[in-house]
Amino acid sequence: MIFVTVGSQIPFDRLIRGVDDWAGSRGYTDVYAQIGPSDLKPKHIQWSQFIEPDEFQRRVAEAKAVVAHVGMGTIITALELGTPILVMPRKATLGEATSEHQLATAKHLIEHSRVTLAVDEHDLVEKLDHIDSLAAGGTLGSQASPTLVDAIRGFIDEVPNGY
Amino acid sequence: MIVGDWPAVTVARCWRVMHVRWWIRRVASNRKPRRKILAVSSGGGHWVQLLRLRPAFEGDDVHYLTVNPSNRADVVPHPFFTVRHASRWNKFGLIVLAVQVLWVVMRVRPQVVVSTGAAPGYFALRVGKLLGARTIWLDSIANAEELSLSGRLAGKYADLWLTQWPHLAKTEGPKFAGTVL
Repeated sequence: MIFVTVGSQIPFDRLIRGVDDWAGSRGYTDVYAQIGPSDLKPKHIQWSQFIEPDEFQRRVAEAKAVVAHVGMGTIITALELGTPILVMPRKATLGEATSEHQLATAKHLIEHSRVTLAVDEHDLVEKLDHIDSLAAGGTLGSQASPTLVDAIRGFIDEVPNGY
Repeated sequence: MIVGDWPAVTVARCWRVMHVRWWIRRVASNRKPRRKILAVSSGGGHWVQLLRLRPAFEGDDVHYLTVNPSNRADVVPHPFFTVRHASRWNKFGLIVLAVQVLWVVMRVRPQVVVSTGAAPGYFALRVGKLLGARTIWLDSIANAEELSLSGRLAGKYADLWLTQWPHLAKTEGPKFAGTVL
């Protein structure tokens, strides 16, 4: 199954519609989409507006690929669970986000980790056609980089403990 | 001992016994006194990034503050508080949020406040600073092109002010010390 998710705050209908149309035209209906606070009613795929964190974890773990907005919660969860992930950035000019940061974030991220980028809905169709060959994110451990953990731990160790 | 002295003597004895007991308990449990850390974030990616910092909090008492009640399960059995969600576009929501954060910080009285953003973390750093806590801001890895608004504002109140992108680090801060990945 392909798991599509756009977070809970703002709809991202361009992504959902793109996946739904693709699923319809290819006859590929093994797709579940979490579409957020949207009026959209996808025709070819299963969907719900919101899901709970534990169901989210389970769906990412069981999916053969995740298709999502550039949300760090989703990206990190997919990397942790080793599920390949394809992301499409929101555009603030289309009312899909409050700032234009998602494209820049995605471009920087693909240099550093195994995230695949679809720049828009046309690119999305192309990438979805090759979703079976999407590389898995590999095995990201469950904690931040050692240098960051050390920097924060070191800072905390300097703080008097109040006793 | 004269008879009139007995209350003072009794009090002194009780105090000594209690003090020795407290001291024995501390030594016996071989526990270092722990700091109280208040770890704060809004939902989604901010929360996931905060959880990845947990090894840095080990050995201290961590209290969590976020916006989504269902995230409690991630940090059981640590104390867990929620506040309402609000962004910069909702002024009334921000005021309510600020009061809620103030209440939690005053209840926990942390020695350290740490946040990965956004609005709840900014308020927690300000209130924490006011009440004498040391403060840490780690800007979200999502902000690859410029620091977040809350991150820029929080810089003034952060004793440790960090970005996760080396090209955003500056000599006057924020600093780069690694990423959550």
